[in-house]
Amino acid sequence: MRRFLVFLVIILFPLEASAITADEVMKKSQEAFLYPGKDFKSRVMMKLISKGGQERIRELTMLRKNYGESGGDQKYFIYFFQPADVKDMTFMVYKYPVKDDDRWLFVPAINMVRRIAAQDKRSSFVGSDFTYEDVSGRDIEDDTHAIVKEEKVGAKDCYVIKSTPKAADVDYSYKLSWIDKTTFLPVKEEYYDRRGELYKVFTADEVKDVKGFPTVTKRTMKNLQSGHRTEVTYIKSDYNIGIEDSLFSERYLRQPPKRWIE
Amino acid sequence: MKTAFSQSVTSDSPQRGGLSDKQSKGMSQKAEVNFCLFVLVHPHPNPPPSRGRGAELISLFLILLFSLGLFSPSYAFAADISLHGFFQGNYSFGTRANPDGGDFKLAEERLQLKLDASKEPFRLFIKTDAFFDHIDEKGDVELREGYIDYTAKKWDLRIGRQVITWGLGDLLFINDVFPKDYEAFFSGRPMEYLKKGVDGVKVGLYPVFASFEFIAVPFFEPNNYPDARRFHMFDPMPNVTNREEKDPASNFKNTELALRIYRGIAGFDASLYFYRGFFRQPWMMPDNPMMPTKLSLFYPKLSVYGASLQGRALEGVLSVETGYYDSKQDRSGTDYTVPNSQTRFLIGYQRQLWEDFTVGLQYYMEYMHDYSEYKRAQPAGFPKDRKLEQLATVRLTQFLMHQNLRLSLFSFWSPSDGDYMLNPEIKYNFSDHVWGAVGGNIYGGGERWSQFGQLDKNDNIYLQLRYEF
Repeated sequence: MRRFLVFLVIILFPLEASAITADEVMKKSQEAFLYPGKDFKSRVMMKLISKGGQERIRELTMLRKNYGESGGDQKYFIYFFQPADVKDMTFMVYKYPVKDDDRWLFVPAINMVRRIAAQDKRSSFVGSDFTYEDVSGRDIEDDTHAIVKEEKVGAKDCYVIKSTPKAADVDYSYKLSWIDKTTFLPVKEEYYDRRGELYKVFTADEVKDVKGFPTVTKRTMKNLQSGHRTEVTYIKSDYNIGIEDSLFSERYLRQPPKRWIE
Repeated sequence: MKTAFSQSVTSDSPQRGGLSDKQSKGMSQKAEVNFCLFVLVHPHPNPPPSRGRGAELISLFLILLFSLGLFSPSYAFAADISLHGFFQGNYSFGTRANPDGGDFKLAEERLQLKLDASKEPFRLFIKTDAFFDHIDEKGDVELREGYIDYTAKKWDLRIGRQVITWGLGDLLFINDVFPKDYEAFFSGRPMEYLKKGVDGVKVGLYPVFASFEFIAVPFFEPNNYPDARRFHMFDPMPNVTNREEKDPASNFKNTELALRIYRGIAGFDASLYFYRGFFRQPWMMPDNPMMPTKLSLFYPKLSVYGASLQGRALEGVLSVETGYYDSKQDRSGTDYTVPNSQTRFLIGYQRQLWEDFTVGLQYYMEYMHDYSEYKRAQPAGFPKDRKLEQLATVRLTQFLMHQNLRLSLFSFWSPSDGDYMLNPEIKYNFSDHVWGAVGGNIYGGGERWSQFGQLDKNDNIYLQLRYEF
């Protein structure tokens, strides 16, 4: 009888046994995926691949610095190497968890820094299948989260989280995320459109340890409806490299320091 | 109206006159001649003498000197050198024949090379164009930019030919007092050709409380206006073909000085500007006011004091910019050969309405000081400029096909003069290296002398095709 009770408890309360809520999983995932280290630098190669196989390249260096704790403010500095018509452009974002970002773009051909409107975080990042939110994160409070199940993806034990946007003006009606129980990195995400059909899939294709931080170094976002996909490779990444606050300024937007962007 | 932009249109005398229909109709030949006394420049009936840019030689010399150092075997070993550029075809077909009978406003091929060599704390940058112009059937080489940077922790220095862009306006310039090439803009060149470099020194200082940008330009560079052989422009004195252009002499006293102080204030980007130099649009001085045989084109002294603020507001980006134009040779407003002082003001708002679609709106105004003196100073029976000139712009931009296709429309509308300019454009990136753009410049409305109205016969369709490497 006692054995039976134990068995019942185990099958009825598996999630309670793991003592973690969906919100906590997403918070830990955000920490692991978008906030590791005090700062971060990576040389990023993006391949935008059309249904017919035509490729476009976006090559950039991304620098990120955290302000406050995980989930708090961040600053991003992005320098473009490729394609040729955007070479030497720089892009800076002050990201705030609750309000809209501040974004600046430097256009070298006319030596001009200008602010750019940044209301829609679900907009495509440089024409890729990733959105600004995919790059810099979505506020956890913007969705309601629920653990729908736990399952293995390959060898990884994962929580499967269903996230439903609270606002109606989002391009997906809900998202399923497979979050690795060990690293808390997303292994896979599925985006369902307003009709409930699967339309975008994110996969973390390679995870490497960089200075003790498990880092997704290859990822793909595929749009199933258009057949277009974007493959992102972090060619070279590093954490805690001592990026100064002054980097995130108009001065360096106009004259990006070689040692940070190379 | 003399927005930096409208200055582009060389004969803005009528705008200054702010002629009503009645006045214009009643204008006698004599009045028209006199009229141009106040006016700004007109298209050169003959091509202006080629401008010797003394600074060019100095820049080149400095750059050569520096390059020798940078490329000396031991140093170059560690320097980081890159060479990029493009090959470009650029053609603009007028819907009406040009004044000289030609059909093209522009027809050229161009090769640009950008050399970037750096070894901290130094950097050398050279951007040179070689082009062949099919209209004049000649080729030339042009140093677009060429400078050396020195970067220290709290300050930096840039010496040589450099492009400086200040202010917040989208094709409306208040505190961007630096030289522009309006012919490039009106004939459908890529936007970067609107800006001309200056030969000077820029020092940046970056203490904690604010940033400072200080610029000294010893060699004056005027704006470039449309060529009278390629553009139909209003010219109130077409018979006076003897025109002489006088640049301010390059000496210590005439060195242009500009200062910008900027910092963030409560999430907004705030800037203060100061400029001491010259109007870049020439004004006219006739040898004889009644029967002119010769016109001297000169650049009156100018100081500008300005400020700007830009930040997030109303779910978009809000920009406000203002400037006081101190016309130092006519502070009392009584000299009709020199512009009066003005206050200029600009408010702009930009917002993304849906993914990859952005709307930009601007309203600009120009208020003339000492208006009663100005009115009194005009010879009797003369048309008067408006006290307040206004201009509005709308920019629409839509990206499609993973941002490989861009549809855009830029338009100017003048509530004061009733004229307009439309610039629709389609740009497509064929690959990561090749893009092409097709667009049009359409002018109309207003009067035959108003800034866009006078360009009415210059509607053109342009093609830009570029291979970048």
